[in-house]
Amino acid sequence: MSGALAVLASIVAQVGGQGLDTGATASSGTAEFVVFVIVAPISLGAALAVIFLRNAVHAALMLVVNFFTIAVLYALLEAQFLAVVQVIVYAGAIMVLFLFMLMLLGVDRELAFRDRLRGQKAAAVLLGAVLLGVLAVGVAGNYLGTESACTGAAATGDGPPCAGLATVNEGEGGNVGGIGALLFTEYVWPFEITSVLLVIAALGAMVLGRKTEDESDLTDTPRRDRVPVPAGGEPPHRRELEASPPEEP
Amino acid sequence: MAVPAGWYLALAAALFVIGVVGVLIRRNLIVMFMCVELMLNSVNLTLVTFSRINGNLEGQVLSFFVMVVAAAEVTVGLALIVNLFRLKASIDADDVDALRA
Repeated sequence: MSGALAVLASIVAQVGGQGLDTGATASSGTAEFVVFVIVAPISLGAALAVIFLRNAVHAALMLVVNFFTIAVLYALLEAQFLAVVQVIVYAGAIMVLFLFMLMLLGVDRELAFRDRLRGQKAAAVLLGAVLLGVLAVGVAGNYLGTESACTGAAATGDGPPCAGLATVNEGEGGNVGGIGALLFTEYVWPFEITSVLLVIAALGAMVLGRKTEDESDLTDTPRRDRVPVPAGGEPPHRRELEASPPEEP
Repeated sequence: MAVPAGWYLALAAALFVIGVVGVLIRRNLIVMFMCVELMLNSVNLTLVTFSRINGNLEGQVLSFFVMVVAAAEVTVGLALIVNLFRLKASIDADDVDALRA
């Protein structure tokens, strides 16, 4: 909670004009501030909608909104290449896959929550709040306020420069050229390995998604050990079995 | 840098926590999977922010690799969920209890 308070205090200080850059970068800094203040609440609201909307298709659409806002934040953070990749790969390919699955399976409604573990929801929210506090203080707290790692440690040469990427992105080829140069020199082996990973993932999806004639192909259980299928009917679903009243002795 | 880097980091932390809570409180496997994507994205946001703080592009390259791995993960994960649906006619996480003693 103190992390959230620090964020609030920082926002107040910013609106008061303390944190704004002066001089040549003032106008771009103000633009970044305005865009961030508009986009960040949308991002948070969309993320909350993902976990609170009952209809899974609505949740997926909210996730698309969230991915777009993150693409905007990447652009603000001088990561133009990643902003475009985010829109194409996440908001395009991955979310189409999700929506396709949802519509193909027709599972867009959620069953009533059955609390198998009592108090799980309350515990999840409580522990989530604790995690938020820890992350806000431990990760974000160092870069907030007037005593932040950028203003304090950087001035004495004892920390990250917090200089931004302007000089890097103005090099040869800009942001895309810089990332490409890194990918094909220093990180060429990880890059090659990801290509292998993608091929394996495609093969795995094909193997998993192939048509199975016999349902026992999907499990390791031998067919004779399983619940016998009544003639002319589907096997009773587990939940139906549990829900059915116990037989009188 | 007009907007302090801490704001981006705080936003990423909040998104990550929302993803964690979503995985814990939702029972629909596909929605749980979407929450995992949310967490991956928030970590990517953190990496890009630190890339800007440190003034080099290596964080962005790592973020790119995270995206590639996430794409592969989604492919296989959704295929697994489809098979589970064929088997159980449900994508409720509580129905997947074959290993339960």
